[in-house]
Formats: sequence, structure tokens, C-alpha cells
Amino acid sequence: MQRIGVFVCHCGSNIAATVDVKKVVEMVKQEPGVVHAEDYQYMCSEAGQSRVAAAIREHGLTGLVICSCSPRMHETTFRKCAEKAGLNPYMVEIANIREQCSWIHKDVEEATKKAVILARAAIAKVDRDAPLQQGESVVTKRALVIGGGIAGIQTALDIADAGYKVDIVEKSPSIGGRMSQLDKTFPTLDCSACILTPKMVEASAHENITIYTYSEVEKVTGFVGDFTVDIRKKARSVDMSKCTGCGVCQEKCPSKKTPNEFNRGLNTRSAIYTPFAQAIPNVPVIDREHCIKFKTGKCGVCSKVCQAGAIDYDQKDEIITEKYGAIVVATGFDMIKLDKYGEYSYQESPDVITSLELERIMNAAGPTKGHLERLSDHKPPKEMVFIQCVGSRCSDKRGKSYCSKICCMYTAKQAILIRDKYPDVNVTVFYIDVRTPGKNFDEFYRRAVEEYGVDYIKGQVGKVSQTGDGKLLVQGVDLLDQKRILKKADMVVLAAAIEPNEDARKLATMLTASMDTNDFFTEAHPKLRPVESPTAGVFLSGVAQGPKDIPETVAQAGAAAVKVIGLLAKDKLKTNPCTAKPDELLCNGCSVCANVCPYGAISYIEKEVRDHGIREVRRIASVNSALCQGCGACTVACPSGVMDLQGFSNRQIIAEVDAICK
Amino acid sequence: MQIESKEEFRPKIVAFCCNWCSYAGADLAGSSRLAYPADIKIIRVPCSCRVNPLFILRAFEKGADGVIMCGCHPGDCHYTTGNFYARRRMTLLFSMLDYLGVENGRTRVEWVSAAEGAKFSATMNEFAEKIQSLGRNVRLEDIRCRKE
Repeated sequence: MQRIGVFVCHCGSNIAATVDVKKVVEMVKQEPGVVHAEDYQYMCSEAGQSRVAAAIREHGLTGLVICSCSPRMHETTFRKCAEKAGLNPYMVEIANIREQCSWIHKDVEEATKKAVILARAAIAKVDRDAPLQQGESVVTKRALVIGGGIAGIQTALDIADAGYKVDIVEKSPSIGGRMSQLDKTFPTLDCSACILTPKMVEASAHENITIYTYSEVEKVTGFVGDFTVDIRKKARSVDMSKCTGCGVCQEKCPSKKTPNEFNRGLNTRSAIYTPFAQAIPNVPVIDREHCIKFKTGKCGVCSKVCQAGAIDYDQKDEIITEKYGAIVVATGFDMIKLDKYGEYSYQESPDVITSLELERIMNAAGPTKGHLERLSDHKPPKEMVFIQCVGSRCSDKRGKSYCSKICCMYTAKQAILIRDKYPDVNVTVFYIDVRTPGKNFDEFYRRAVEEYGVDYIKGQVGKVSQTGDGKLLVQGVDLLDQKRILKKADMVVLAAAIEPNEDARKLATMLTASMDTNDFFTEAHPKLRPVESPTAGVFLSGVAQGPKDIPETVAQAGAAAVKVIGLLAKDKLKTNPCTAKPDELLCNGCSVCANVCPYGAISYIEKEVRDHGIREVRRIASVNSALCQGCGACTVACPSGVMDLQGFSNRQIIAEVDAICK
Repeated sequence: MQIESKEEFRPKIVAFCCNWCSYAGADLAGSSRLAYPADIKIIRVPCSCRVNPLFILRAFEKGADGVIMCGCHPGDCHYTTGNFYARRRMTLLFSMLDYLGVENGRTRVEWVSAAEGAKFSATMNEFAEKIQSLGRNVRLEDIRCRKE
């Protein structure tokens, strides 16, 4: 029997207002094994922790139960506290009487009763705890950044500057991401490419950074400090070491009808292409799906015109296997597909475009060379209507429930730029709310309204239809004036919601990093650990975690880099000792446990055992505790019930069940 | 939500929650102050695949009126495949429980992510209501040999 001390935290009034803590102390004192119980205002405070340490010494405690907030919050705190006082840190259990009791119940009597039961379960568990020792694992001093947009580039630069090797994996032929598609950035109106390309160049020239473009992560195994990642480097069909980036191949390529992804399909590109002029690396890719040589076998123009002899039609995909200590997810976003929004005539009319398409139209390198014009007849528009929240803040299943955050600001930016360059174009914005929190953001929006005379109408648009004269009829409501609005427009711009990149979920599964219902990566704690994923060693940067603008993305990228640097700076990591352990005497070596283990942590050894006085060599299961992550799948699969999980043993869980059902 | 009953029957409900998704979802329900009945007590396990069918039988043996198991959404398991094992095991177990004297409604598996505090609370309210309507787990009473 352990000598157990129970410590009940008031958490100010967070617990004490709903749970009668004195009563809990009084009740748990009667539990077998409990030799000491006390309550304190803030158990996690310095003073609270010294009380715990003092009680350990004074009463010779061998087990602790802390009735407080979630173990996800302060389990580590109290384990460290116990360790300092000379107790094994794994002899500590937390009864969660805040998140799972006081915060969700109102009735004091009921909540107190429940708190006592939760404490009893924890006491029963700690009574069956055994001291555990943490192991050690090595840290590979190399980081992987998945995604080569501004988030990935910034993270990689910050890690590389600290002296660690970083690899960037980018699926498209160039790094740069969404930001490279933007024309100007709010609220400063500086040119996006002008501030992005120096960073792209810096990343490609950095001695610590290796960039794999046109590549994808294919397989991830291992754990924090020791990931092994397979990267598929797709066949570029161009030898990167020979290509000089002269661009002749692209000029001469006879297949020029492929929709240009970089320009959002507004114009076409050649089958051999670099996505944009400042692409890094400046080495084209042959799009094999549209290349005449690959389709028919007859062409080979690019190979003939290439002076450097860089074209290689026989190039194969290459798998690069590399070890990493940390992985950063910076997979970014895309605009939602608008096929469910038939009312805006996006599919029918070329003059109804998304905001990102407008960025390309306004960009000098875009499909119209930066001239604002209708895509149907190439005439300059006179009336432009912007529709906000297309698919954002949506209560039905078609769209997203969240606010995409950046649309209010980029619409103000686009409106200002249009009014500035084309003062005769009238701009109307239909909005639900204008949300402009951020440094100099609201001032920027006010400028759009006051200085540039952009007409903001509070209300939603129900329908956009094509009229006979080639114009668009926008039917909406003005909620402030309580009237219907019919407006003829030459162009309509839809601020479509942004959503995580479609490949993100596949990646999350590979990384075993969790996602929310919208496929944004979940952070380890929404407030206190915003750049870490709950999976150790996986960090989050940029919109992959949630909608955000460029400054926020850069800030988060830096934060993620700091977390990675902090991890890579360590030579060894402490491993979780809550691993599986077989009862060697009873194991019959049947292999069932090894078959369910997702980490390949179980192998079989020939070992001499003494059973009933007989010595014999048997084949038994052996768990590699460095590989075991402690899921417990094997413990249930084992037909003889000999595999158990330390820290969550069968006896412990059954004791908890008993305490709750008592 | 307050459960009302003429006989003042308060069910005993055990909820097994995986550490990575559902337990965090329960914490989020807590910090969002999304109430559910105090009859539900949570046991934290590293993964839903740690839940041995015997734990559930034990709970019913010891007088539980309902047992719910929550894990990460299929495909989102922190340990990649744990919840698939759990799903298979529970499907098999639940199909046999009725034969043992535990109606199907007394057991449930639900996938709750760390971001789904509202879903956690709603699920718990629903489940508690269901158990409340089923009443005491009397069918098991005779084999349970209560000493009370």
C-alpha cells in the first residue's frame, strides 16, 4: 500500500466556487492509503508546490493525487515538483476536477460528489502506480519544412540562421506559395514579389537550406528527434545541374494550351514551364500530361533547342530518405471551389472572378499584363462589385463556418488600387461585417471609404445573373436602408473563403498530427502552445493552422522556428516511460502483439526463463521502449493478457472503473 | 442540463476518452462551460485501442448503467491505427453484450476530436438522456449478485 497524499486545488474560485474543496479533503482522508490531504488556493503556484514538497518529506509520501485542472495542463508541473522532492515523477496522478467537474456543473453538492469520486479513482490508480524511469533518445539535428510558401521559407530561414540544416519540400515547381501570386500587400501596398523574392533567393542561397521542389512527402516514420521521411522528387524531365534557365525551351514548346495554374487558369502555358519569372529554382518542369513528346512520342523540340542538353525525357521519380529531428507543417491554403455557389454565375460568366484571380489580373506579369479588363470582351470595366464572405461565416453545409480573416482587408486593398489607378471605375462592396483588427488596418479601410469613395453596402447578394447586353445584374439587399438593390456591373469579384490545402489531410495522417473539423491542423494548446502540434516534434506555421495574413504568418513562422531550434539544440530527449511490457513468464510468443504494433516496437527473443523451477529457453515478446509510443493496442490484442502498459496498467484502469462504479 | 426523474434514478456512466482527441475535447467542453450531467465520469486512456473489452464488462459488473468510449476520428488517430482496432473490438463486444443482458443503448462509441468541445458535450447529454430513459441496468442485476 502506498502512502498517498491528496492535494485539492481551489484554482482561485474556478474550482472552489462549485466544488466544496474542504469537503473533498475531508472525504478523501477516509480513503485507504491516504495519509495526508490538504487544500490550497493555487496548488500550481510556487507556494502550492512547496506545500506539496514539504508534505512529501513530512509524511513520507510515496504517491500523490492532485485534484486540480486537466492533466494536459499541469501534470508535468506536478511531476517535476515530485521529482524535486525525491519522489518518482510517475507516482503522481491528477484528478481533473476543473475542466471535467467544476466548470461544467452548477450544483455544488453534485459537483462535490463527483470531485470526490474522481479523486477516489485517482487514488486507486496511484496506489497501483510503479516508479518508472525515462529513457533517452538521440536528436537528429536536421529539420524538415513541408511547404515552400512564405510560412515555410521564413521558418526555414530562421532555423538555418541558427546553424541547423533545413530541408524544404514544395510540391509545385517553385517555392513562393500563394504570396508569389499576389500583386500588392495590405496595408502598406508594397509589391508582394518585391518583398518575397529576396527571401526566396536568400533561402535558395543559404548554405544550411536544401530545397526540394516538385517533391512531396511520401512516408513519415519515427518520432520526435528521430523522424525518417521519404520524399518523392518527381521527375522534372530537366536535369537541374545542367539547365541554365534561359527559357528558350518554353518559348519554342509547341504545346501551349495548358491552363496556367499560377494565373488561376486565366491563360495558358507551355507544357515545359516555370510557373513564374522569378521562380526558384529557375529550372522548368515538363508537364508530362500535356507534353506532345510524352503523349505521342513525336516532338522533342525542347531537347533540340536546349543548348545545355538539360532535357531528360527518361528521368524517373526519385525517393530521397532523410532523417529529421523536427518537422514543420507549412502547407498553406487554397480558395474554396465555388461549384456549390451557382447563384453567383461564377461558372457561367468569365466576368465573375475570385479575388485571387483579380490579383493575377492586376499583376503586371498576369494574363492581362496588369490591365484591369473584363475577360469576356477585354473592355475596361466601369462598375465593379465585390461580394464578401462567399463561403465564409456560412451557416449551411456549402461553405465554411469560420471567418477567412484576410478578405476584408484584401478587398479594401483591391478597391483602393482600382480607384487609384482607374478613378472612373465605381467600386461597390457588399459585406456582412467589415472586420479590420490589426495594426493600421482600420485606418486603411477608412481610407478606402473616405479617401477613395468606395461604396460599402451592408448586405448580402442573393444572385448575380448575366444580362443580354453582356453585363451582370447583381441583386442584393441593403440591410441598413432596408431595401432591395439591383445593380448593373461589368465585373463581379467574389471574396471566396480560404481553406487548408487539399493535401493537408493526407499529410496529417502521415504525421499523426490532429486536425479540426475544417482540416486546419490543431495546435497543442490554443493559447499557450499555438505553434506546436499535439504530436511531439511536429510544428505548425502559417495558414495550415488557421486563417491568417502575411505578418501573422511570418510571426508564427518565426515562433515555429524557435520551437524547432529549442528542440534541435538538445543532444538527447527524455522518452515517455509509459510503454508496453510483457509478463515474460506467461508470454507464449504468439506474435499477435507485434502484428498490431504501429511502430514495429515488438520483436521476439529467445530467453531463458524459470517456470515452476524448470529452466527453459522460450520465444517471448520484447518491447523496444525507444520505439514504443505507449498506445496500448498490443495490451488488448494479447490473447493471454500478458502485455500490459506501464502507467495505464490493466489493474490501474480496472481500479478506476471500480472506484467510479462503487 | 438537469436530469429529472421521479425515482431520483441517477445513472452511473463511465466514459473512456483517448488522451489526444476526446480527453482534450472534454477539456474544451469544460473550458467552454458546456454542461453535461455529473453522472458521467471520464477515465483517461492513451488511445481508444487501450480500452480492453474487459474494462467495459467490469464496469457493468460493478454497477455501471452505461459505458461510452470516445476516440479520435477514424484516420486521425495519434497512433495511426489505434481507433480502427478499437472500432472493431467494440463492434464485436457490443453485439454480444445484448446477449449478456446489457441492451445496445447502454454502450456507445463516438469520435470526438480535440476541437469538438461542443460535440463532446452534446454527445454526453444525449447519452446520459438515453441511459436515463433506459433506467437502471436491471437485466444484469441477477448475474451481478449485488451485496448492497
